[in-house]
Amino acid sequence: MYSDKRPREFYILAIFFAVFVLFLYGPLSAVLILSFQGPNGGLTFPLNGVSLHWFANLFETQAVGDFGGSFRRSALLGVLVMVVTVVVSLLAGLAFRRRFIGSTALFYLAIASLVVPSIIISLGIGVLFQQIGLQPSWLTSAFGAHLTWTLPFGVLIMFAVFNRFSPAYEEAARDLGATSWQTFRHVVLPMIAPSLIGVGLFGFTLSYDEFARTLMTSGTYNTLPLEIYGMTTNVTTPVLYALGTVTTVFSFLVIAGTLGLIVRLNRRRLQA
Amino acid sequence: MTTVRVFGIGERKDRRSVRLSPAAVSYLQATPLTVILAAFLLVPILMILVVSFWDYDFAQMYPDFLTMNYTETLGSWVTWKIYLNTLKYALMVWALTLFIGFWVAYFLAFHIRTTAMQMVLFLVCTVPFLTSNIIRMISWIPVLGRNGLVNSLLIDAHVISEPIEWLLYSDFAVVLAMVHLYTLFMVTPIFNTLMRIDKSLVEAARDAGASSWQTLTNVILPLAKPGMAIGTIFVVTLVMADFSTVQVMSGGQSASVALMMKNQMSLLQYPAAAANAVVLLALVLLMVAGILRIVDIRKEL
Repeated sequence: MYSDKRPREFYILAIFFAVFVLFLYGPLSAVLILSFQGPNGGLTFPLNGVSLHWFANLFETQAVGDFGGSFRRSALLGVLVMVVTVVVSLLAGLAFRRRFIGSTALFYLAIASLVVPSIIISLGIGVLFQQIGLQPSWLTSAFGAHLTWTLPFGVLIMFAVFNRFSPAYEEAARDLGATSWQTFRHVVLPMIAPSLIGVGLFGFTLSYDEFARTLMTSGTYNTLPLEIYGMTTNVTTPVLYALGTVTTVFSFLVIAGTLGLIVRLNRRRLQA
Repeated sequence: MTTVRVFGIGERKDRRSVRLSPAAVSYLQATPLTVILAAFLLVPILMILVVSFWDYDFAQMYPDFLTMNYTETLGSWVTWKIYLNTLKYALMVWALTLFIGFWVAYFLAFHIRTTAMQMVLFLVCTVPFLTSNIIRMISWIPVLGRNGLVNSLLIDAHVISEPIEWLLYSDFAVVLAMVHLYTLFMVTPIFNTLMRIDKSLVEAARDAGASSWQTLTNVILPLAKPGMAIGTIFVVTLVMADFSTVQVMSGGQSASVALMMKNQMSLLQYPAAAANAVVLLALVLLMVAGILRIVDIRKEL
């Protein structure tokens, strides 16, 4: 496409970028490899044989806490947070298209939600529940705590989307006699659907991996990140890596599935 | 929580059946966000503020108005050292992530020529961010440990005869892991601003005889400042709030404000933790307010 030669700067930066990617993925691949450690192998290289021993170990409940239960809780919590994040961010994004009294305050409240240290949210909600006399649980207090992390991302994304959204499409729909609900359902929604899926992906993964906010808000039952965090201090076998591999592969599957969905949607829109 | 979702659904029906004024619609649409942030952000922070003046013993808290929690924490040399240590981490991680983040974003925005390739490479950078932080953190252990990958390689290559001890469980490990975890937060906003720079500006600079270095320092860097500012907000607040990386990667030899809070919380000293929370929050908000004076976030989105 371009015939001019790449400048030297390009090659230097390309190497820099490659090293950066290696830095991002290198350690992760060490965990992936070491999770196939033989039954007598330790936490470091070299591999002492190759086996699925530690994966089997993972699913014996007695060996390492309640992996299955915490995984189910985290996944369900992630889905709930995702749904609420998408709906609430979309509504807020629509609201912010018009200036209303308090809109600036609400916007900065969302920014504040992003910058307030997570452990402060955890402490605040924990103490609040204790004082009202409510039992903290992963479905109530942890759910709210996660929303304070996922909503600002969702709101900022929707804000950016609607900043670039031309009102001409809606005006055209309205000129053709569409009601405001029809305009939204058949014009606006299909156009922003990929972004909404992106918000959903953020909502799910941020919640699924969150643990500082869950620390004091999860109540009796641990979520998966809390379980893993507990393991870092008292588990000294590669079962820790097996768990890491399983959750990472799960995350990758979720990301790949979502991206596939976005690409499909975009392609269909281009064909239409 | 159900009330919140009922708001969202009820509002749409309202719009269909009854004609609402545009302002009313905006308010209804903004209500769920407001309610959630009020309940799980504002009220808990107010609660912390109140509790920070309370009295406590080993078992419970007593409503009171004491400044003891503040004088105790701020009067202690240990606390000041921990605050300084946290700021030191923030400064180091900020400088490193800014450097790495800028060059990565610059490479993606100005040296990759097709949009499709840009998006693919950007996704390559983003995917690790969507996986578990703790797993990414502990993944350094087999790499940096005493018998880890780096040490074995260096010994096999006869560069060193004894394993290097400070690779893991040290300040070095903490900063490295934080850079690993948080650089994405710098790359994304800078990439976003760089992508919005009109390419004809760069061409104009080149036509006017600027070298690529001059173009970079006089055209691109000034225009990239808002992205850098937003990235800085992310990185600084994340480092200031971090306790797990410090705990795991320093092997308990170093402390941060959030880690100190976490230890107080595990000892049920909530009012003491609350006082620290108030100080930390004030510090973080001051830093963010300072950065926001440079950049208008609403304009940058």
